[in-house]
Amino acid sequence: MTLERNLPEREGLMPEYYKSNMKPSLPGTPLEEEDFKTHRVFYTTDIPKLQYAWDGGVAMGHYLKGLKQGKLLGTYCKKCKRTVVPPRVFCELCFKNMDKWVELKDTGTVNTYSICYVTWDMKKLTYPQIPAVIEIDGASKGKGILHLLAEVDPKQVKLGMKVKAVWKPKSEREGSILDIKYFKPI
Amino acid sequence: MKLRKVAVVGAGITKFVRRAQETAKELSYHATKMALDSCNMPLEEIDTVVHGTAPDAFDGVHMKGEYLSEASGGWRKPFMRSYVGGGTGVFAPINGWYLVASGMFDTCVVVCEEKMSSCQPHPQGAFLTIFDHTTERPLGPNLLWIFALEMNRYMQVHKIPREQIALVSVKNKRNALDHPSAQLGAELTVEDVMNSEIMAWPVTRLMVSPTSDGAAAVVLASEEVAKKITDNPVWISGVGWNLDTAYWTNRDLYYPEYVEKAARMAYKMAGIKNPKEEINVVEPYDPFAYKELHHLEGLLLADKGQAPRITAEGITARDGKMPSCPSGGLLGVGNPIAAAGMMKICELFWQLRGEAGKRQVKNSPRTGLAQAWGDLMQVGTVVIMQREDK
Repeated sequence: MTLERNLPEREGLMPEYYKSNMKPSLPGTPLEEEDFKTHRVFYTTDIPKLQYAWDGGVAMGHYLKGLKQGKLLGTYCKKCKRTVVPPRVFCELCFKNMDKWVELKDTGTVNTYSICYVTWDMKKLTYPQIPAVIEIDGASKGKGILHLLAEVDPKQVKLGMKVKAVWKPKSEREGSILDIKYFKPI
Repeated sequence: MKLRKVAVVGAGITKFVRRAQETAKELSYHATKMALDSCNMPLEEIDTVVHGTAPDAFDGVHMKGEYLSEASGGWRKPFMRSYVGGGTGVFAPINGWYLVASGMFDTCVVVCEEKMSSCQPHPQGAFLTIFDHTTERPLGPNLLWIFALEMNRYMQVHKIPREQIALVSVKNKRNALDHPSAQLGAELTVEDVMNSEIMAWPVTRLMVSPTSDGAAAVVLASEEVAKKITDNPVWISGVGWNLDTAYWTNRDLYYPEYVEKAARMAYKMAGIKNPKEEINVVEPYDPFAYKELHHLEGLLLADKGQAPRITAEGITARDGKMPSCPSGGLLGVGNPIAAAGMMKICELFWQLRGEAGKRQVKNSPRTGLAQAWGDLMQVGTVVIMQREDK
């Protein structure tokens, strides 16, 4: 069964073990595409089908309703003097209920960004995506959301760049983070 | 609380490969058997078993801990699974340590395994559900995004040139040439790394660890038992772990505060006052090149923004003052998630016993530190190990 290829050097790992067990190398047999094509090895496949419907919940439900109305909403903790987005019903710092909803602006500052050239399964993208963390105006410093940047030359994107949400037309909004199409430089 | 001394007395590891013929059970078995044999421990003398493996979704097998229990020596024994995503490989030995330190058990085998290749067409699919289903997943994120976003923030806050980050790939992949498990050992230049395909700027292909199959294991024993097994125990002198918020867009990603908190917990337990002087060899988690630097800073082994400089000066080279990833790390040896963290524990065991062969560091280390990291850039797990003073 053992393929006698790609055998690494044995030196360095517990010489006694090798002496007593006469192992030719560490266990673990690398496979190549060819091994599957030629049916040298056997395998089975299955595609488990799972579907989920995630409830918006209390805080996120309200946030989604705000997005449908073209508004970004955060929650405020009086004790910690923090306005956070995405909103939650509890403050994870002082561990009590948040005190009120706050309407934020739909502008913000690029905290960090990337220019991504591949999909999750490593296929090339025709046009790169520019994911960014955007600190939202009206929330406490450093409180941002993940979204995409567009209408900008990727080379021109900078940390600290001011950006504004580009919303879908009102009739097309459905209470989703995608009601904001992307953010663009102001 | 009075805790007992716990030693690592044996270690085992498989090859790390892109796709292994062996199943998850077979990989777990090989690593476990090798760890037991390395210290001549029959399974009957093992009181309890801890298994570390990352998401069930990789294998498409529900309750993977139970599934792999007998392959880890857990048949009809008190068995537990530990899981904190990428941090698992250093979290599982912390759990094993506690089971022995608490006095509940005298011996424990800790096994970490990952078989990522089962997940088609690419194991990254199993990671996608880490993003928030309401606010993030509709945007079509992939795992590279969070690394690229964090790396860019780190680079730009400290004004670090990418070339200095590329140096980590060069060092670790070269170190891996001497590791018998290694999947991607290579002799590269900074230019090779810089010129490799850009996947998600600023991350290039050669700054990323591969997906892998593999397993690694250690045997732990209480002081009394350890001294009967070996003249050369390696003591676990400190452990720490810490979780930050999953609201990752509300944190400044330039610095891993949760890693610092985990490190401080471990340093306190180990009585380490000045980590830069007292840690002689370190295995920080390096799934991406910048992560080694980010973690050296979080571990207080370099000042903020200074890890690239100490790397360029050779301090973290295998023959340097504080070798970092002498194993070759995840970048070079490979990244079967949970097993990769455990590989670092194994490496410290061999380095501190002077048994690392070609990989042996030159500074005759007394104390080493292994660290892993994961989830939504939010968990830090730390183990400090110390050789027997003679």
